[in-house]
Amino acid sequence: MSKIIDDKPKPTLGDRAKDAMDGVQGSQAWSSIFRPGSIFRKGYTDSPRNRSYVIMNSVLYHLHPVKVKRHAVKVSYTLCLGGLSFFLFILLTVTGIFLMFFYRPETTAAWDDINNLQTSVTFGLLVRNMHRWGAHLMVLAVFLHMARVFYHGAYKPPREFNWVIGVILLMLTLLLSFTGYLLPWDQLALWAVTVGTNMMGYTPVFGQEVRFVLLGGAEIGAETLLRWYVLHVLFLPFVIVIFMAIHFWRVRKDGGISGPL
Amino acid sequence: MTEIPEHLLKRAAAARDKAKEEPAAEPAAAEEPAAASDSRIPEHLLQRSKAAKSAKDAPEAESGGSVAVADKVGAVVAAEPAGGGVPIGGGPGGHTQRLLTVVKSGTIQDVKATPVDKVHTWPHLLAAEFVAALACTALVFVFSIFVHAPLLELANTNQTPNPSKAPWYFLGLQELLVYFHPMVAGVTLPGVGLIALILTPYLDRNPSNKPEDRKFATSLQTVHIMFWAVLVIIGSFFRGPGFNFVFPWVEGLFFEL
Repeated sequence: MSKIIDDKPKPTLGDRAKDAMDGVQGSQAWSSIFRPGSIFRKGYTDSPRNRSYVIMNSVLYHLHPVKVKRHAVKVSYTLCLGGLSFFLFILLTVTGIFLMFFYRPETTAAWDDINNLQTSVTFGLLVRNMHRWGAHLMVLAVFLHMARVFYHGAYKPPREFNWVIGVILLMLTLLLSFTGYLLPWDQLALWAVTVGTNMMGYTPVFGQEVRFVLLGGAEIGAETLLRWYVLHVLFLPFVIVIFMAIHFWRVRKDGGISGPL
Repeated sequence: MTEIPEHLLKRAAAARDKAKEEPAAEPAAAEEPAAASDSRIPEHLLQRSKAAKSAKDAPEAESGGSVAVADKVGAVVAAEPAGGGVPIGGGPGGHTQRLLTVVKSGTIQDVKATPVDKVHTWPHLLAAEFVAALACTALVFVFSIFVHAPLLELANTNQTPNPSKAPWYFLGLQELLVYFHPMVAGVTLPGVGLIALILTPYLDRNPSNKPEDRKFATSLQTVHIMFWAVLVIIGSFFRGPGFNFVFPWVEGLFFEL
């Protein structure tokens, strides 16, 4: 009797793990999460079909087509500037959410909150630094992206309107950076914003009115801080995401990126 | 180029063989000339077409539109390679279809004249994007470890620092304030610049994107960018107390990011 039992090989740990994995991947929950044809259901071996499936059956399909022009993947053509601008926006969103946990937009609390963040919160200083430098880098990246697009003549038909969207995105990026500048509520923030908004007041007809609405008064104060906080963390990100969606959608609809020269 | 599935190729080969055999099997049936036997036009239609052809030579008394079509069809079908191709419309009831028209490619659908050289987004584009994102994160991360964001003393509306500077991307405008009335420096010049930037694609009527064809546009934009870049650099590094001109290597840097 014992001989018969011994004939059946004992399942190794690897076999058990494989069985368990097969069980999970065969479950209804798993197949409800991953679409039919997803590489997480079928497994991935390198083949043209699977290369297509990676994009087609994932959320990346919203951003990228299955195939792109060969010259479009040359880093020397785009320098990745558009993609990096978008990536920096994501990086700024992530670090910005972290900062929001430790910040109150009140004139009596804002500076102390930042100071505490830097001195007593784990990684607080690092994350604030990353948010600051990432923001400056994003302004630079968006600007360089615009210059790159210009020098390639990529704004020419059929991409004229996407260039206009791009200029709007550049302005929104500057506004996002500028509204964030005030939030630490230190001397640098206060007076940089004072200089910036004074310039705006010279706009004819509606300059003073717009300035009054943005500052929540004649001078920068507690109302300004709250307004710019809401603009910075909610309003402008909301608007810029809409314009980014249109921008990316038009890139694909206008036939992918431009060129080759 | 799409690949034709194996079973379709097999079916096509079988049909071709059958088509080759048929004339050999019934040579007696082929009374018509070789060209006509290749044609898959029903007998009675061929007769009608022949009648129409002879009628054409005579005064146009009985020729109608349908006859003219049949004539054309005969010409098109005869133009096909002799004995080649898969039989079309060969059903159990004999030849029951006829070719009414040939739609050339490009008349209805927009056919791409030249195939575009394309590569798969995965892995060619996604891998590059991933590396770029990683490098960007690393850059920001390492820089943030060593360089700290400024946090000056608490804001005080009664104490104006000297100099007071806007964020760096607005320092070009602040620099212009030195030379022009605020209305011109703060509104007119940037406004004109912005509107020109938005209208660029509609003002530039040159269809070429080749650098050698766009010397004027390239020069103009370079001058434009350099104009702002120089103003920003002067405003950032060469302006000291009272926004007076200083050399940063003499009087130090009056600049915070």
